[in-house]
Amino acid sequence: MVEKAITGEKRAFMTGNEAVAWAALAAEAEIMYGYPITPQNEIMHYWTRLAPKYGRKFLQTEDEISAGFTTCGGVLAGKRAFTATAGPGNILMQEAMSMAEMLRIPTVVVVQQRGGPSTATVIYSQQETTLTCFGGNGEGLRIVYSTSSHQELFDYTIKAFQIAWKYRFPTFVLGDGYQAKMRESLYLYNPEEKGIPLAEPYPFLGQEGRPGVEREPSHLRNTYNTEEELYQIISRYVEDYERMTPEVVEYQASDFEDAEIVLIAHGIVSRAARAAVKALRSEGLKVGYFRPITLRPFPVGKLREIAPKAKKLVVAESAQGQLFKLVQEALYGETVPLEPYFKPGLGITSEELVEFIMF
Amino acid sequence: MAIVPNMPRSWRVETKPHKFCPGCGHGLVLKALGEAIDELDIQDRVVFGCDIGCSLLAWDFFNVDIVQTHHGRTTPVMTGIKRARPDRICIAYMGDGGGYAIGSQHLVNAATRNEKITAILVNNCNYGMTGGQMAPTTLPEMKTETTPYGRDVEETGYPTQGPEMVAAIAREGAYTARGTVANVRQLKNYLKKALQNQLEEKGFSFVEALSGCPTNWSTNAKATWAFLEENMTKYFKVGEVKVPVKEEE
Repeated sequence: MVEKAITGEKRAFMTGNEAVAWAALAAEAEIMYGYPITPQNEIMHYWTRLAPKYGRKFLQTEDEISAGFTTCGGVLAGKRAFTATAGPGNILMQEAMSMAEMLRIPTVVVVQQRGGPSTATVIYSQQETTLTCFGGNGEGLRIVYSTSSHQELFDYTIKAFQIAWKYRFPTFVLGDGYQAKMRESLYLYNPEEKGIPLAEPYPFLGQEGRPGVEREPSHLRNTYNTEEELYQIISRYVEDYERMTPEVVEYQASDFEDAEIVLIAHGIVSRAARAAVKALRSEGLKVGYFRPITLRPFPVGKLREIAPKAKKLVVAESAQGQLFKLVQEALYGETVPLEPYFKPGLGITSEELVEFIMF
Repeated sequence: MAIVPNMPRSWRVETKPHKFCPGCGHGLVLKALGEAIDELDIQDRVVFGCDIGCSLLAWDFFNVDIVQTHHGRTTPVMTGIKRARPDRICIAYMGDGGGYAIGSQHLVNAATRNEKITAILVNNCNYGMTGGQMAPTTLPEMKTETTPYGRDVEETGYPTQGPEMVAAIAREGAYTARGTVANVRQLKNYLKKALQNQLEEKGFSFVEALSGCPTNWSTNAKATWAFLEENMTKYFKVGEVKVPVKEEE
């Protein structure tokens, strides 16, 4: 038995990428497949240093297409396998994740968003929201956690494995370059000691016994012959997804009971939003706060409960309306006005949100 | 009394007759492969991956575990499985488009890393499933749907010589060969050696199989075999290209 990566609870001060590597170790991820791209590189750097000490594996592939598909292979083989990427790498990764959707392969992908479109910046943005939620030629049958701190990167990376394997949908942890590169304090812990269940992997292929003799062979395909056949499969997946939704959907909401304005943000921008709400409240303004943690599935129910009571919703994001579209869709039919605060590829501070709402 | 055809033990009888076109070479390649699996007695360890294109029709062909992947992506999927479960015998089965065009980076890099998997590539000089377009292996002057006046090598280059390319890249321990459905016994022998190479963990193994496509070539049986045995073998030399050096006795 290989030594546990973490025992007890440890206070740490580290980068988000390092926190992800420790989380994958704590979640007992067995193999990482990856391709270099900034700002996720240090996830691989820490993993490659730590993994051999705990009997874990790593493969550096020829590109993100291969990183995505080898990750699918690792999961098919019955291992907690994961990869990490960003920006143009995330685009290439979508091909494999589309296969993961179709074959219900519980892959885990950590995305550290960088600027877009194209190569753009290596630094930060929230422009991979749509891509991560809906990438591929399908219906976006995936789970996307948008984290806002190092503690959350650690918590949700562990959770991503468990949820992916439980529901068998590809699962993403959506961070960004700020979270990736900044240092912050957090607690590292062993999830089992806290009663947090670990993923229970099993092989989809390569089980014991002679196929066709001692057991049925596994024959997995993503190609179907007729429209009806495909429709039946997708309908069943959608049903599974909708049944799962109330069990996995997560959000943060505060100060909304009497709020005239509700500030909506996700990921690291939600920290600025929360600070802004606090500042505005101290000025006597009735401002509330809503943050979807799962962008897929989106916390539609809670938002629809909060929104009609407000006079206005402000959506702040480091993209040109990618979260805004999700909010709009969730609130279809409601008449409460939505006001955008879009800064594609740019960080957002609490001060500017305070100013925007006050004036 | 109905005559029961002699099928390899690892074939899945329930999915026969198979789904390939009449006269297609895939059935013969898969027969050779089935026999190789039987003779090595590895049916319960094989994980078989097939690509997109005609090769996908093999998705339920054997009584072995199978995953049908994306176009060109079978090599990385099987690499991922092998890295996670080294005790499995992983076979990536693809066509010439999958291996030499859209998935060429995966073939090249799997060979470079000497991945302990076996790639089998069926070369029929065109894209069969999509209706007979030019493939990396289309012969000079050969007519296809996207080269209706014949392949112009000035415009589109010369056909890919896969086993030679892989042999040039792969390290010692790799096995590469080119067989043909015109000589199934020899092809089986190559496939068996390729799988043996994986079993012995020596390195990457790669076998290209020359094959016919009467549907898209618009050829009858005689013309199909003539093209396969005369035209194709002039450009694509049948034989072993790289074999691991025998250890000292």
